[in-house]
Amino acid sequence: MIWNEAKECMPRDEIRALQSSRLVKVVNRVYHNVPYYRKKMQEVGLEPGDIRGVEDLSKLPFTTYEDLNAAYPFGLAAVPPSELVRVHASSGTTGKPKIGVYTRRDIDIWAECVARCLTMAGITRDDIIQVGYGYGLFTGGLGAHYGAEYLGALVIPMSTGNTQKLIDMMIDCKVTAIACTPSYLLHVAEDIEKMGVLDKIHLKAAICGAEPWTDEMRDQMEKRLRIKAYDIYGLTEIFGPGVANDCEYHRGLHIWEDHFLPEIIDPSTLEQQPEGGDGELVITNLTKEGMPLIRYRTKDLTSLEYDKCECGRTMARIQRFRGRTDDMLIIRGVNVFPSQVEAALLTINGMTPHYMLVVDRVDNADTLEVQVEVADNIFTDEISSLEKLSKEVHDKLRQAIGLNAKVRLVEPGGLEHFDGKSKHVTDKRNLYK
Amino acid sequence: MYIKQVSVFLENENGRLDDALRILSEGNINILSVCIADTADYGVLRLILGESERGCKILKDAGMAARMDDVIAVVVENEVGSFGKVVKMIQDEGIGIRYIYGLSIPTDGAPIALKTDDQEKTVKVLERGNVKTLSPEDMQAF
Ligand SMILES: [Zn+2]
Repeated sequence: MIWNEAKECMPRDEIRALQSSRLVKVVNRVYHNVPYYRKKMQEVGLEPGDIRGVEDLSKLPFTTYEDLNAAYPFGLAAVPPSELVRVHASSGTTGKPKIGVYTRRDIDIWAECVARCLTMAGITRDDIIQVGYGYGLFTGGLGAHYGAEYLGALVIPMSTGNTQKLIDMMIDCKVTAIACTPSYLLHVAEDIEKMGVLDKIHLKAAICGAEPWTDEMRDQMEKRLRIKAYDIYGLTEIFGPGVANDCEYHRGLHIWEDHFLPEIIDPSTLEQQPEGGDGELVITNLTKEGMPLIRYRTKDLTSLEYDKCECGRTMARIQRFRGRTDDMLIIRGVNVFPSQVEAALLTINGMTPHYMLVVDRVDNADTLEVQVEVADNIFTDEISSLEKLSKEVHDKLRQAIGLNAKVRLVEPGGLEHFDGKSKHVTDKRNLYK
Repeated sequence: MYIKQVSVFLENENGRLDDALRILSEGNINILSVCIADTADYGVLRLILGESERGCKILKDAGMAARMDDVIAVVVENEVGSFGKVVKMIQDEGIGIRYIYGLSIPTDGAPIALKTDDQEKTVKVLERGNVKTLSPEDMQAF
């Protein structure tokens, strides 16, 4: 099912023409309405007239988290305050929160983008959907909520924090879809199994996002809950969830190119990469009124595919995220992404995605310890089997990241997880102090 | 015959053993026998309980990794060499012993818990050798 076929299946040349005309308009708007952007453009000697289409994109300066921080809170707003109707924010790693502001039209466009994503997951106005993202400053709750209402589905705004109630209502209301983080959904699956109520749930589909996850996690949730699971992507600065979503063919996440102009750059040289090249995803807001960002560096590492998808959509597909430029750990000179570790762990039968990487520096040498939770289904009464499990984890990691890690088995529930975004790395090296 | 053993995964951290034992005593579960097998980082606590199923559930509900297995409870006579005789009896049949530990329950002779590669065959071998084993009913008496 396709929500807006005219846009989602537009021929590539028409997409490019639409992007070009929208890019020209948004560059004009920020130049004239946002002193911060005007200054940035003038610094590199650019005038709005220099940008005639997508082919001129690489002339424009980037926007980074540092810009958001410097312009906090409303310095990048492109409309008068009276036009703004909503603020969302997510926490920055340092400094001020990353903020997004929206006009009424922005909220509508966002809702349509989410509705396209939900439709991609087979969700219709006949469905009953629980939104298990936090409601509030976080874009997840309200973003999914407005999109599902726009679609016409019945929305149950669960928010986070009460899994028991979520499962009870899932059964009582015959809930057919859920939107939440992937790690939270696995936690819900565990509780459903513990309660022995799998036969009482009517769930068909899950839309999971807000943190990276793997095919192995999809397999786990699909098997354990007997559902189809889809990946939704977004970020507060650009809009929130609904920037991109994967279709039933799972060939990458279709990004709504009529609203978001994606490109890939090499994060070290900042050069635009050719089609299909690997690097950092950069997004330009083409239609946002409240706070359109020009060439925003997402820090997400991936590539883009442009061939037509089996689902009929022509919109480019964001490929598997290889990590984040700021997530990347350099251990003994080797680049390590937590996502690689997670994927390797999940190839082990019965393994949960609850793990923690502890990186330290002892006598000037980096050490890597991987803590893995011993869930009920992998616990045995024999030390030799547990030792075998440790060795298997060690070997899989060696294959995946080329490093020898110390493996430590820990009790279930010992690691932080499922509350919002999971935390998977403790770096004790203080390399930046 | 088999008796039920409840095992619990414990990190080698101060107080984790206490926690497990406290959870059981708060649940009014009688602990008949305790044994710990450990490594540098973690241990497996092996318990024989008055009520195995309920004990295992209480531990799981408290968030611990716990499971229930069958072990063979053998009563070895209080005589020099009788323990070795039992071990030999099993090994002569080509059965590997996974683990073995003494049970602290009052009975004639020395009771031990035993897990092997082939539990069924082990029981038959022991029966043939006239070695006394304890049943769950026997355990109820303690
Ligand atoms: Zn597709």
